[in-house]
Amino acid sequence: MNQKIILYLCLLAFGIAAPFLFPAFKLQISIMWILVVLSLTWDVQGGQMGYNTFGNILFFGLGMYICSSFQIGLFFPLAEWTASGGEKTFVHTPTQFFQGFFVGLILAAIIPAIVAAIIGYGILGLRGHYFAICTLGLGIAAGEFAGGIELVGAGQGMTSPPWPKGIGDTELRSEFFYYICFLLMIFTFLFLQWAYSTRFGLVLNTIRDNEDKAEAMGINTMRYKITGWVVSAFFVGMAGGLMGNMIGYIEPVETAFAGRTFGVFMVLMAILGGKGTLWGPVIGAIAFHIFKEGFWTFFLGWQYVALGALIVIVVIFFPEGIMGWLREKYPERFGEIIDEEDRKAQVELK
Amino acid sequence: MRPVLSVDQVYKYFGGVRANENISMQVEQGSIVGLIGPNGSGKTTLFNSIVGTHPIDKGSIKFEDKEVSTLPVPVIAKLGLLRTFQQTRIYGKLNCIDNMRISAKPAKDNLFSVFSTIPTELNDKAENLLSFVGLYQKRKLRAGDLSFGQQKLLELAMALMNEPKMLLLDEPTAGINPTLINGIIDRLLKVNREFGITLLVIEHNMRVIMSLAQEIFCLAHGQLIANGKPTEIKNNQRVIDAYLGVQ
Repeated sequence: MNQKIILYLCLLAFGIAAPFLFPAFKLQISIMWILVVLSLTWDVQGGQMGYNTFGNILFFGLGMYICSSFQIGLFFPLAEWTASGGEKTFVHTPTQFFQGFFVGLILAAIIPAIVAAIIGYGILGLRGHYFAICTLGLGIAAGEFAGGIELVGAGQGMTSPPWPKGIGDTELRSEFFYYICFLLMIFTFLFLQWAYSTRFGLVLNTIRDNEDKAEAMGINTMRYKITGWVVSAFFVGMAGGLMGNMIGYIEPVETAFAGRTFGVFMVLMAILGGKGTLWGPVIGAIAFHIFKEGFWTFFLGWQYVALGALIVIVVIFFPEGIMGWLREKYPERFGEIIDEEDRKAQVELK
Repeated sequence: MRPVLSVDQVYKYFGGVRANENISMQVEQGSIVGLIGPNGSGKTTLFNSIVGTHPIDKGSIKFEDKEVSTLPVPVIAKLGLLRTFQQTRIYGKLNCIDNMRISAKPAKDNLFSVFSTIPTELNDKAENLLSFVGLYQKRKLRAGDLSFGQQKLLELAMALMNEPKMLLLDEPTAGINPTLINGIIDRLLKVNREFGITLLVIEHNMRVIMSLAQEIFCLAHGQLIANGKPTEIKNNQRVIDAYLGVQ
């Protein structure tokens, strides 16, 4: 128990000190925390519940658009902003910026959550590959759809509000977003840690292991599946809103509904770290991000080849991910032991 | 004695296949009833119809005077009518204790109880039931790592954890060694007597079903061909023909 607390404190200290220890990597570490959120929330479906989804990117893009749209729309006409050069005409005061940012971020969590509940009601009845294919369509459709809406800049995309003038420099800006990312990651982690300790966590696992049996035992699985997706959408939407602000520019297919990059990364990270565990997705995301950035730096031009090779190696040698591999190697560390001591049945049930 | 389960003229077709035709049977409160018949005679189909896995084409199924033939599976299960499966179904990656804990009926079951904690008192009950079926020592292992026979026992324990009123068992002794079979018979009798759970059992092992059941129904080609006490069934010419083939 004590060891755990020390571990948590060390990680917390690292998270707080990181922007000052590695000032050059502030943005990279911020993105790493976002990736941890994406990986953790993907694992709610893909790992804990056994429903491989490619659709969580939908909530990421949705959150991105919603957050920025409200940040702008609360104070200025959105259509004129997204028309070329609008961001130069209208300037947020610091108060407007922060008000808009926090309102936008909250809505970027709530609206995707509602969307997840509605879509989930429709498609969470599908199982296995059918569900995966269906969600794959969702992300692609959303990108095309957003590319057709003039109000949010259509295919050209839109800019998110720039950091207001008069309060600090770009260093302060990146520190601000860094700590918001870090907070979101901690909040997501703690929420899931708690949720997995309740009935919710066990029911998700029963759905993964045998959904028919869970239903036969009287569990309303649909309710848990939808709740799970709503939880994911909530955090992914917020992560999207943050990401949009951090990179400053939203493009429908490349940044918002980026199925080819973030959409695939979230799956890979969870698998790399170990599906269906709490720490697996965290470790996976951090390892993945370090590898990815390394490849981009040292194998430029070949980065996707190197990334592809990494994926192949992971799938062949660590099909259960890092945590799964550890569990297989040291099952007793994970509590899998045969109790030598027997116990007499005391039969008095009711 | 009033019937706890009454199946009345049930028909179930799969396209041109007549899986169940005009099946009527009643199971009395607190009894053990057997269901036998050759492979493909429609026993498991009847089970599936009773617990709501698929809709029936005609007829009615009543559980405690409540029509259940149109209800979905989880709702019927919550009424206290549970089934186990011929091929064991357990939650393979969870350990035995967790398999048991999640099988208990929750105190409240609504949208707000999704994030409710599972009471710790249940652990004691789970351990008790696991030792009842002889799995106490393996309670911390993943259920998927247990042998087939042990998984069957675990499935029985999970069903008991739910405190059902009636239990439908699909071949509880298939694939289990003879010594363990005796253990299972003892436990099923105990379940029936001490916990007061009504049992409807599909079984191919004649020794088991004859020593267990008070009444037996026999299906063949989707139709009910005989019912009565074990001794009557044993000497029924139609049953013998159905099992061994007519000369």
